[in-house]
Amino acid sequence: MEDLEQRSLEFEEALLQINRIRAAEIFGEVFEKEKEFKSLESLVVTTLERIGLGWEEGSVSLSQIYMSGVICEELIEKYMPKLNIERKRIPKMAIAVLQDQHSLGKRIVSSVIRAGGYELIDFGIGQGVEELVSKTEKNEIDILLISTLMFPSALQVKELKEKLLADGYKTKIIVGGAPFRLDSKLWEKVGADADGKNASDVLRILETVWDGGEK
Amino acid sequence: MNSMERTMAAISHKEPDRVPLFLLLSLYGAKESNTSVKNYFSDPLLVAKTQLAMKKKYRNDCFYTFFYAALEFEAFGGEVIFRAEGPANSGEPFIKNPEQIRFLEPPKISESAGLKRVLEATELIKKEDGGQTPIIGVVMSPFSLPVMQMGFEKYLELLYFRPEEFEQLMRVNEEFCVAWANAQIDAGATAICYFDPLSSPTIIEKEKYLETGKKIARRTIDRIHGATAIHLASGISLPVVDEIIDSGALVLGFSDKDDIEKVKTAAQNRICLLGNLNGIDMVNWNQEDIDRKVSRVIQLAGKGGGLILSDNHGEIPYQVPEHVLLGIAEAVEKYGTYPLRREK
Repeated sequence: MEDLEQRSLEFEEALLQINRIRAAEIFGEVFEKEKEFKSLESLVVTTLERIGLGWEEGSVSLSQIYMSGVICEELIEKYMPKLNIERKRIPKMAIAVLQDQHSLGKRIVSSVIRAGGYELIDFGIGQGVEELVSKTEKNEIDILLISTLMFPSALQVKELKEKLLADGYKTKIIVGGAPFRLDSKLWEKVGADADGKNASDVLRILETVWDGGEK
Repeated sequence: MNSMERTMAAISHKEPDRVPLFLLLSLYGAKESNTSVKNYFSDPLLVAKTQLAMKKKYRNDCFYTFFYAALEFEAFGGEVIFRAEGPANSGEPFIKNPEQIRFLEPPKISESAGLKRVLEATELIKKEDGGQTPIIGVVMSPFSLPVMQMGFEKYLELLYFRPEEFEQLMRVNEEFCVAWANAQIDAGATAICYFDPLSSPTIIEKEKYLETGKKIARRTIDRIHGATAIHLASGISLPVVDEIIDSGALVLGFSDKDDIEKVKTAAQNRICLLGNLNGIDMVNWNQEDIDRKVSRVIQLAGKGGGLILSDNHGEIPYQVPEHVLLGIAEAVEKYGTYPLRREK
């Protein structure tokens, strides 16, 4: 365990330097030693959580979070088949950018979720409320992750949630993005079930939302 | 003092009669004019008239000729998406792969209807006001514009892994940015606000900024024929205050996530601070909130001048109630009149 903590620190350093080669070396070494997915998953999740906390504290940049997520996603993708691991399909999850065209937040969160071994459907960017309601219902989504950049887009989550409820869908909505960071109570005002202060938070939030959810 | 004198004193690190108030009212003009955002920005005369009216109504110390962030993207041929009650957004990025960059050329200002409308509004305001009030023009930094031109993800890949194409894109963007800034100065803008969110440590790490955004800002600002403010659009600034000063800017737009006292200490007598009220949070404020927030910034950063009170993002959201803006103007008179009274 102590060794894995040390490896996690080294892995973090490689990720923050955006050193794909070094990160892959460490990941490979952990794989050779542990030969189990749980250790790889733990390495990724604990490291990304620490990086996310660094962003909260101002010591890590958004671009470092993004690149870290991408590198971790690539590594998990590469090693899952080697251990005959399949992605977790429950809860059924999807992600989208509501209204806005800026996809970075969605990309970061997707990477973290996939790095955590989950399956995730991508509904795309620039989605309108009606479009998103339709896709969510058609795919019977349990948890919908919404990323927004602009304030008016964030406000539209309310309409989205109300329409889903009116149609009898109890889909949990997790929101994230700049407006929710700038107004810490906005997620409640728009009727979301949770918000993520940083992308690395999302795996913990998923567990909370889903454990407390109606399955 | 008139608004120009008040602002110039603050920028010179002297105490004016009161802290200048820069309410950065852009699309808010559409709300004031009771028209759509798209219609509003299609009419430079309406923009000019509304800017003059809003200055009076909200006791504002500046005119703000920023239309929307996607304006320059539009000049490059990108699509702009207008929406009700929100800022115009940039559409799909037009640089699909890095190979396209070597064929990219800076657009001509004379060929962009959108840019020309900004220049016309600037000229009209200058003519009417006669130089009593600062007119703040805006450019997107060459370093931050590619977020719209190619999308954030592709741009980060370019920034970290494609140095040649990155440099080529910066050359094109710098040429355009300098020309656009100087055209606004020629039209009557007093100063240019250089929006550079990507340079904030919130977005990229300081080491990368020193290699890239900082050098680009320095090169670009050197060629702008007027005073410049660097604005990080809600991103934190404290770790890069020295570098921003070295870039040649006279004013720094700082974040509500910054420690005000530390930023004031870092900036002392070297760069004037602009900020740092949270525009999104402003939507919820009552008068008590307004008094508390305004007095706090002024108490912590107003001493000796060097402070312009403003929001921390560079635009007042459409959803902010009128009474909040009027309340802020009241609070600035109450707490921002020099000599500042000592609050418990």
